[in-house]
Amino acid sequence: MNPAGQNPVQPPSLPSQVVKEDEPVLVAAAQAGDINAFETLVGRYERKILRLAQNITQNREDAEDVMQEAFLKAYEHLSGFQGNSRFYTWLVRIAVNQALMKLRKRRPNVVSIDEEVNTGEDLIPREIEDWGPSPEDRYKQTELSDILSEVIADLDPSFRIVFQLRDIEELSTEETAEALGLSVPAVKSRLLRARLKLRQKLNKYFRRSEIQ
Amino acid sequence: MNCKTIVVELEDYLDEALDPELRVSIEVHLAKCKNCKLIVDTTKKTIQIYCNSEPAPLPEDMRHRLHDALVKKLGRPRAQS
Repeated sequence: MNPAGQNPVQPPSLPSQVVKEDEPVLVAAAQAGDINAFETLVGRYERKILRLAQNITQNREDAEDVMQEAFLKAYEHLSGFQGNSRFYTWLVRIAVNQALMKLRKRRPNVVSIDEEVNTGEDLIPREIEDWGPSPEDRYKQTELSDILSEVIADLDPSFRIVFQLRDIEELSTEETAEALGLSVPAVKSRLLRARLKLRQKLNKYFRRSEIQ
Repeated sequence: MNCKTIVVELEDYLDEALDPELRVSIEVHLAKCKNCKLIVDTTKKTIQIYCNSEPAPLPEDMRHRLHDALVKKLGRPRAQS
């Protein structure tokens, strides 16, 4: 969740689940030539960057390429990282750029994250059922992981990428807009659609009537 | 405040980016409208479930290929984790 708005005086807080406190120290060390520090950063984020790339490209081979290219590019441009944003956010932006390039190269007519999004009546959910307090606990970790991957893969790419950056990677709305070259209202409308569509798709797994 | 407005404002409501007055009027509506309350709760849960999901570890062969690419770039063998 984005805490921006809770206190308008404070800048958006760091996503505690994503970024560890020692990140700035590691980045500074890596910039000073400490290879071990960069390797630590790679080890910390490789899984997340692979998942990000997989969710955008929907192709295992492309996702691996994107992950590798993102880390190599990050290392190459590390001296230019000014610390104005979090290192992880910067890395995510690099990975997103690489992933979008890959996607456009492979499927130039499919990717359209900047197309107009209709925000009409169809947004109002039709199926409305209680899920109970912890619906995810009904599934084993691997089953849940498969469900989440399957459901997000079924989203329109323009919604999937926004949801990925905003709600999984915990970028702010403004950071997401900047990374994707979209306006803030465009990010918000896609995010609303993505959230509602995912909710609708997860409903069949999590509604109370699914309980055996 | 009606059910359609809840959907329109859902995005900012979930991100706690609404002005307090609108937030309160939404919460008054949610206290009365079971359907809207379910929509808000299950959408919030959707975000939480995705946000809390842990990415799978890299397969060993993929980790080796990443290792090799980094060695080539960084110029020395990288410690295996």
